[in-house]
Amino acid sequence: MLRELTRGLATTFKSMFERPVTIQYPEEKRPVRPRFRGRHVLKRYDNGLEKCIGCALCAAACPSDAIFVEASENTDEKRFSPGDRYASTYEINMLRCIYCGFCEDACPTEAIVLGDNYELSFTDRRDAIYDRNMLLEPAPAGQSTTPQKTVPGEFTRSVPSMQDPQD
Amino acid sequence: MAKQVTLTIDGKPITVDEGMLVVDAAKKAGMDIPVFCYHPKMEPVGMCRMCLVEIGRPMMDRSTGKPLLDEKGEPKLQFLPKLETACTNPVSDGMVVLTQSEKAKAGQKSTIEFLLTSHPLDCPICDKGGECPLQNLTMAHGPGRSRFLYDEKMHLAKNVALGDLIFLDQERCIQCARCIRFQDEIAGDAVLGFDERARSTRIVSLSDPEFDSVFSGNTTDICPVGALTTADFRFGARPWELNASASICSQCPVGCNITFNTRREARADGRIVIKRVMPRQNEEVNETWICDKGRFAFHYVESKDRLNKPLMRKSGKLARVSWDAATKFAGEALTKAKKNLVVLASGRLSNEDLFNLKALADQVGGKAVLYSGMGGGDLTSWVGVGQGTNLGGMGKGSTIVVAASDLYEEAPIWYLRIKQAAQRGATLIVANPRETKLDRYANFVIRYSYGDEGKTVQDLTKKGKIGDAFVKAENALILYGSEGLGLQGSTALAAACARALNDTGHVGRLNNGLIGVWQRANDQGAWELGFRPEENLQAVFDKADAVYIAGADPFGDGLLKIKNAKTRPFIAVQDLFENETAKLADVVLPAQAYTERDGTFTSGERRVQRFYPAVPALEGPKPDFAITSQLAKQMGVILEGTSASVVFEIMVADQSSFAGLDYAKLAEVKSQWPIVGRGDLYYGGTTYENKDGLGVQLSNSAQRGEKFSLPRVQKVVALRPKEKKLLAVPITKLYDRGVTVSSAELLEQRIGEIYIALHSSAAELFKVSAGERVRLSLDGVSAEVQVRIDDTISAGVVLVPRSMGLPIHEPTAASVKSIRKAAVR
Repeated sequence: MLRELTRGLATTFKSMFERPVTIQYPEEKRPVRPRFRGRHVLKRYDNGLEKCIGCALCAAACPSDAIFVEASENTDEKRFSPGDRYASTYEINMLRCIYCGFCEDACPTEAIVLGDNYELSFTDRRDAIYDRNMLLEPAPAGQSTTPQKTVPGEFTRSVPSMQDPQD
Repeated sequence: MAKQVTLTIDGKPITVDEGMLVVDAAKKAGMDIPVFCYHPKMEPVGMCRMCLVEIGRPMMDRSTGKPLLDEKGEPKLQFLPKLETACTNPVSDGMVVLTQSEKAKAGQKSTIEFLLTSHPLDCPICDKGGECPLQNLTMAHGPGRSRFLYDEKMHLAKNVALGDLIFLDQERCIQCARCIRFQDEIAGDAVLGFDERARSTRIVSLSDPEFDSVFSGNTTDICPVGALTTADFRFGARPWELNASASICSQCPVGCNITFNTRREARADGRIVIKRVMPRQNEEVNETWICDKGRFAFHYVESKDRLNKPLMRKSGKLARVSWDAATKFAGEALTKAKKNLVVLASGRLSNEDLFNLKALADQVGGKAVLYSGMGGGDLTSWVGVGQGTNLGGMGKGSTIVVAASDLYEEAPIWYLRIKQAAQRGATLIVANPRETKLDRYANFVIRYSYGDEGKTVQDLTKKGKIGDAFVKAENALILYGSEGLGLQGSTALAAACARALNDTGHVGRLNNGLIGVWQRANDQGAWELGFRPEENLQAVFDKADAVYIAGADPFGDGLLKIKNAKTRPFIAVQDLFENETAKLADVVLPAQAYTERDGTFTSGERRVQRFYPAVPALEGPKPDFAITSQLAKQMGVILEGTSASVVFEIMVADQSSFAGLDYAKLAEVKSQWPIVGRGDLYYGGTTYENKDGLGVQLSNSAQRGEKFSLPRVQKVVALRPKEKKLLAVPITKLYDRGVTVSSAELLEQRIGEIYIALHSSAAELFKVSAGERVRLSLDGVSAEVQVRIDDTISAGVVLVPRSMGLPIHEPTAASVKSIRKAAVR
C-alpha cells in the first residue's frame, strides 16, 4: 500500500517540474492557428479604401442568414471602395453566425476574412450585431480612412484582377 | 386557323402553325434554344448568333415535287454546311432541327466565349446579377474558360447616363440591339441607336432630352445583360433578396399588371419597402410592358408625409385623437346631416371602398358624388367594350377611333397597343385638335377646333372614306378622353360616341364599344357603382350639412371654396396625406395606401383586377372600406369592414354587371404566349409571370340585352372669348404635380415647371416668346408660367396642363401678360 502511495506521489512531484499545458487566460493568450475562424474583419487596400464592394454575395452564401448588406453608390468626392458600389450598411449577427467561413469563400474581393478574435460575449442581444464600423479594420498607417476624395477615373473597377487565395 | 406544319426538334415531333420560328416552336415543345437578341415580341434579326442549331430540310425531287427517299424509305435530309440561327428560320414541313448535336453545342459555346471577350465580369456589383441571361447562358452553355487574353479586354465607360432615368454600362453591352429595336418597333420612339463599328460599337441616345421616351424602363427589363439599369433601383438590392407581390398600377385607367419587389431596409429604419416596380404579364392588358410613370412614380405610398393618426378639430386646430374619438365625432355630425350628407370620392379608391361609401350614402339618403372632371361613365357601362375585348387581337377589319385624347400622355400602354393594332392593319382614326404622337400611325387624322368634339364624332359616320371605315368595320372601338374638355364637354362627347357606336351596331360584342380614357385608375369602377360627378360641385357643397370626402382634394384643386365659415358644412376627410382639404376639415381619417391592403380596381376596359398587399401597413391608418364601416356603425348603419373579399361578395350580389365574380375567379390564370419569367429569363426579359390573376372583364348592358336609352347629345356652346383673351383649355400631361407623382424625386426633371402652349401668332399678339415666363390669369387665379410654342393648335387657344399648379377644370377665358414688360415699367 505504501508502495502505491509513493508511486502516485512520485508522478505528482515529477509533474511539478514539467511545463504546464494550461495558460493564465485572459492575462495570457495563446496564438491561434493560421486557419482559425474567429470574428470577421472587413479588410482594406493599402491606400485605405475598403475592399468590400457591397455585392452581398456573403449574405447570399451565409447558411444562417447572419449577414445583412445594403449598397450605395460611390462618388469621387466620397469614395469608400474602388468602383461604383460600396456597402453603406454591413451587419453581422454574431449570435447567428456559425463561423463556417462561407462568406470568405463567396467574397469576390477577399474583403471579408474570419480573423483571430474569438472573444465574443454579450450582455445584450443587440450588442451581438456588429456593424461596418466595428468590422472594418483600421486604415493602414499614413492613409486616411474612408470616405476618401479621389482623382476621377482612377478607381473605376470594383473587382481587381485576383490572385489565388492564400492562407 | 393557320396551316399546321410538323417538324422534329431533337427527335421530338412537333406540330405548330406555319410561319412560326424554330426558336418559338422549340419553346412551345418545352425546349429552350438559347437566345440573346431574339425577343418574341420583336422582329428577329439574328445578331447575337446564340441560337445556332443544325437544320435539315427534306430534299425535293424537282420534277415531281415529292421528297426524295433513301434506301430505308425515309426522306433524305439536306443540312447546310454551317449552323443556322433558329430565330430567323421559320418552320417547314419535315424539317429536322438538332439543338444538342456536337456541332450545335460547339457553336453555342464559341458564341458565349466570344461575347465574353470584353465583358467586364463584374457580376458582383451588377444590378442584373442573379437574373441575367448572360450569366445563366454562360453557366448552361459557356466554355468555363476563355482563350482570349484578359489584358486585351476593351475598357469603356461604366456609367453613362442615358437621360435621367436609365444608366448605360458600355462594357457590359453585347450589342444585341434589343433596346434599339424595342424603341423603334414597339414604343415607336426611335431614340436609341448604334454609334461606331465593330469592337467600338456603342449604344447612344439620339434625342434631346436624352432617351426621350415614356417606355424607357422596359429596355432595362429586356436587356439580356446589365448594360441598361434604372437610376431608381441602381444598387438597390440583389434580385434574390427581393420578395414579389402582385399588384395593379394605380396611375391611369389602363390597369397594367405589375409586381412590387420589396425588401426590409436599414435605410428605411428597418421597414419593408418597395424597391422596384416590374411589369407582370397580361397579354390582354399590358403584355409585358409598363410605362415609366408606373415604374418610377410609386414613391408616394411611402412618403414621410403620410397621415398616421386621426385628426379632429379642437378649438380651431387639428389635434391627434384616437380612432374611436374621431369616428364618434364624425359619426354624430354625419348622422345629423341625414339627407344632406354628401359623399365625395374619387377613382383613386378601390371598388370595395367605393361600394361601402355608396352604400352609406344610400342608407341615409345622401348623395354619392364622383370627384371627376370627365363624364360618360354610365355610357361605358351600357355600351362599353364587350367581354373578351383585347386590343392585342385587333388588326385588319377593325377600326379604332381615338377622340379628344393624347394617349401617349394619358394612357401610354393604350397608345402602344393601339399603335401596334394599326400596324397590324387596323384602321386608326385620330380626332384631336392638335397634333399627337398617335397621328403618325393613323389612317385618318381629323382636326377640329376645341369645342367641336361632339359634332366631329356625330359627323364621323357621315363623312365619305372615314365614315365607310367606321361604319363598315367588322369591329369598331372608340376611346374618348378629356383633351380640352370639362365635365359638360366630355359628357356630350361620350354621348355622341355612344350614339355613333350604337347606330352602327358596334356594341355588345367583343372588340366593339366605348372606352373612357379616365384621369384616375378606378373612375370606371366608381361609375359602375353609381357615383356620378356634379357639374356645380360648389353648389352641392354649399347646400350640404356634412361632406365626407375620400381620396380627393377639391380645395387644393381649386374646385371648392369656403364661402361662409359659419354656415359651412361639416367636413370629414379620408386620405393618405394632409392635403388642402384635410387642413380645412373637422375630422381627418388616415387611410392605408393600396400597396398595404387588398382590393380590386376596374380598368378603363372594364376589367376588374385584384391587387394584393405588398408591404406591411403603417401603424394607424386603416383601409378605406374599414373606415367607412366604422363611421357607418356610429351612424347606425351596418357595413362590412373587416375583409375586402367579403365586401366584394356583397358588392357582387348587389351589382348586376359584377354577377358571378369573386376573388378566386379574379385570381385565375391561364397560360400565355410568350412564356416569360420562368428560369429562362432571357426569353421575355425580367417581366414577371402572371400567377396571381388576369382579372375578368365585366359584361355590359348591351351584351346582357338590357334596355337602355342613350341620352341626346347635348349641344355644347363653344366658348368664344373676347378680344385680347384666349380660350384656355385643359390638357393632360403624363408627369404632373399630382400627389401620386410629385413625390418621385427621379421624375422631377420630367415633371418640369408649369407651362402653357400657344400658337406663334398668339405669342406675337401678346408679345411673348418661347421659354419666357409670363403671367396667365383665368377664373380669378393667376400664376407665373413658361411659354411654349405649338403651331398645331389654333391661334385663339392656350393649352394649360392639368394638375401642374394652376387649377383648370373647364375651358375658360384667359389672358396672358408678359412679366418682362411689367418689370420695365
